[in-house]
This record gives sequence, C-alpha cells and structure tokens, in this order.
Amino acid sequence: MPADFSTDRRTFLKLGTGAALASVLGFDLRPAYAQARELKIARTTETRSTCPYCSVSCGVIIHTLGDKAKNVTPQVVHVEGDPDHPINRGTLCPKGASLEQDIVNSRRLLKPQVRRPGSDHWENISWDQAIDEIARKVKKTRDDTFVATDPQGRTVNRCEGIAWSGGCTDTNEFNYLVVKSMRSLGVCYLETQARV
Amino acid sequence: MPTAALEIKAISAHPGPVPGKGAKRNEGDGVCKLIDVTTCIGCKACEVACLEWNGYPFHETKFDNTYQTMPDLQWNYYNLIRFNEHEFADGSFGLLMRKDQCMHCADPGCLRACPADGAIVQYSNGIVDFQQEYCIGCQYCVSGCPFNIPKFNSMTKKVHKCTLCSDRVAVGLEPACIKSCPTGCLHFGTKDDMKALAETRAAQLREQTAHTNAGVYDPPGVGGTQVMYVLHDIRNPEAYGGLPANPTIPLMVRLWKGPVKWLGGLAISLGLVGVVAHFLRFGPKEAHPIEEVHRP
Repeated sequence: MPADFSTDRRTFLKLGTGAALASVLGFDLRPAYAQARELKIARTTETRSTCPYCSVSCGVIIHTLGDKAKNVTPQVVHVEGDPDHPINRGTLCPKGASLEQDIVNSRRLLKPQVRRPGSDHWENISWDQAIDEIARKVKKTRDDTFVATDPQGRTVNRCEGIAWSGGCTDTNEFNYLVVKSMRSLGVCYLETQARV
Repeated sequence: MPTAALEIKAISAHPGPVPGKGAKRNEGDGVCKLIDVTTCIGCKACEVACLEWNGYPFHETKFDNTYQTMPDLQWNYYNLIRFNEHEFADGSFGLLMRKDQCMHCADPGCLRACPADGAIVQYSNGIVDFQQEYCIGCQYCVSGCPFNIPKFNSMTKKVHKCTLCSDRVAVGLEPACIKSCPTGCLHFGTKDDMKALAETRAAQLREQTAHTNAGVYDPPGVGGTQVMYVLHDIRNPEAYGGLPANPTIPLMVRLWKGPVKWLGGLAISLGLVGVVAHFLRFGPKEAHPIEEVHRP
C-alpha cells in the first residue's frame, strides 16, 4: 500500500506554525560551533620581494589574489615579512608593514614623470620618451664633462658630470651591470643606498 | 589546531595501542602572547601590521603631547602602544611603552556579561573572539571588561576587539603583530612555554639590571591571561598606561550573571507555580456583574 504523503492545507499550516514556534522558543537549527574567520591568504600567490624603503632591504612576501589564471587580473591583498630572509627573518618596521598601501594606492605613480626646467608641475611621458631623453642627456653631459687627462698629463678618462646612486632593491647582478656600464662611461661617483 | 580533528583515536584490527597516541604534547592552557615591555622601542610596527591584516584603513593620528598614536583604542584599531612618561626611583626620566590590546582572559568578563547567544566565544586554544553576526550591540561586554578593551562601532552597532588573529592561529601562523615585531619583544607560543620564557627574562632583569622588581604580569583575578607582560616593576603596573594591578570582573556583572540570574529564574518559576496553585485552590476569577454607572 503506497504511503500517503499528501497534506491538506490545514495540516501544512499547523506544521508550519509549530516549526516557527519551536525555533522562536529556542530550538536552534544552526550548527552550534563558532567558525573562525577565513584566512585571507589561504589561496593567494606568494611572491618574494625586497622592501623598497631603507637600505636594510628586508625581505617581504607579496600575497596576490588569483591563481595566475589567464582571465584574472592579479591584485595585491597582503604584504608581510619573509621568514626565510636572513636580514629580517619575517619582521618588518612600521613603514615596511604598510607596504600593501604603497602598492594599492590611488596616488601611486604608474608612468615616468618629468619636470622641465622652469616648469612648476610634473608631466607624464612615455617610457620610450623617458629613455630617449635620459640617453641624450647622458651623452651630452659626458661629452661636456669628460676629462681625458689630469693637469699632470696623466690619462684618467673620467666623467665628472654624472653620479650614480643605487637603491636598496638592487641585486648583486643589477649592481654588477651598473658598475660595468657606469665605469665604461668613466663615472667615478658610484654610490649605493647600502652605504648611506 | 586544524589537524586535531584528524588525529587517530582507534585503528581496526591493530595489535597494541595506536602508534603515537599520547606522544602529542599537551597544549595545556592554549596559545599565549608574551610582551616583553623592556625591549619595546615603540616603533608601532605591530599597530601597522594589525591594521593591515584586519583590512582597516590607516587613521588620522591625534597628537596628545605624547608619541602615542591616539588617546585610546578604537573599534577598528585593536592594538595601541601606550607611551607613559615615568620618573624612575633614581630621578631619571624614561618612557614606559606598553602594547595595549585584548588580554584574552581565561575567565573573560566580556563573555560572562554578554547576553547574546554565540556573540562571544572562547576557543579551546584560549582565544576569546567576538562573532559580530550575533552581536546585538548592547555593550555589556564593554562594562564587563576589566581592561577597557571592547570598542563599539556606532555605525554598525557591533563591538570589536583584537582577535589574537584567530584566523591565522587556526592554520598555524602567528598573529600579525608578533610576526612584525623587529626587536623581538613580542613572543608567541604555548602558555607553558611563554610562562617559562617570561620567568627566565624576569629573573635575568632582576639579576643583571637595575630592575630588581621585574616580574611577569599574568593576573589571577581573571584566571590568568593569554597575553602576558614582562614588566620592569611588577609592583606598579598602573604606571604602564593604567594596567590594573588586580583586574577582576566587575561585581555587578558577576552578581547579575551569577546568583541574581539564578534567583531571578527561580522567582519566575515559583511565580508560575504560584499562579497554577492559586488557580487550583481558588479557581478562576469570576467577573462581577457590572453595575450600571450613571454619568451626570
């Protein structure tokens, strides 16, 4: 004999009212435990980098939303210290701890800017134009200030009009290239932030 | 700990006991944050790391003739270094710096005072956490806290405080403030380990420095806390921005949530019994016939 599961309207209303009353009177149907918040970096892509501020050059891990899938534009969601980095071993100073806001910031510069002589404002220029102008200025400065021999007539081949100052995120390899290229121009004033 | 649920308790058809059973170290009284105020330099990296992790905006700071970021904690500012000018016994001047945040008491006054089901929970690792979705915004927790920590958000009508980064700790990471601290004045581990570390440090201060009264702040009035301090002078914790010497849950909260609640429940039950007894003894109240009232 097939069971009759059909209910008439009256029974349905009775059951519904009963269930509503039961939940109002403290019969809780939710799971009874608290759930800790979801870890916001559980599925992020970790990228190791160097804090750009002072010469200490602490290692940081940049957490980026997205699993590098093709259709995703990654977004930095969190930055914290790199525990494997020998300099800071995971710690950061207050300025370094705020690095996320250095990256995700409406006032961040995304293009090269130049302030022309006599101008009172910065203007955006393209990378091509910036590299071109820098190259021309380097060439002109070197031509103007190159010293082939010193007053005693000894060959020195130095360029006194240009100085180079490196930043703290420069790697050994980058600095090797800096020294090679700057020495080839005859630049003597080579400085890096690590010595400041 | 996340792996605890998958710990093997019994094995089918296995001769002898479960391998490794009992080998796991007892976590004891849960996790603990140890703050060695003697090595704090007041750099506030923990403040920034806390804001960053919790996704709160950076605030406009308020200058109050001190290095302190702002006068007090806020609902979206869980962690504040309190700077206190102090004159030592020898007349020298110094700054006492204390990281102020939720102490995660073993016997939390906020949890006792809270009337909302599930709005405040204490995890098995000792962390006391607010569940804002169940919070009704009554602020009883604010009055129940002996350390004046919970802060009310008047826009959402919810109360917030430090979570000891329960989301990070649950997956085996340290809280954000601990990780950032560049001088290593913040430590994190089990309560037992932190107690040992704190006592060692306090003994070192007493023997090797002029701080002969150095000690560990782990107030028994609230059953101990999951956040402990090593202080230069344990006799005078008030000098560190009003750290109470012997914090206890306010008497009214203890009464109201203890005997008074019990007595009140008893009174209501007895009242109901009385009503029923009165009905059985005297029966229903008869309505007297209404006399005609002649109004002039």
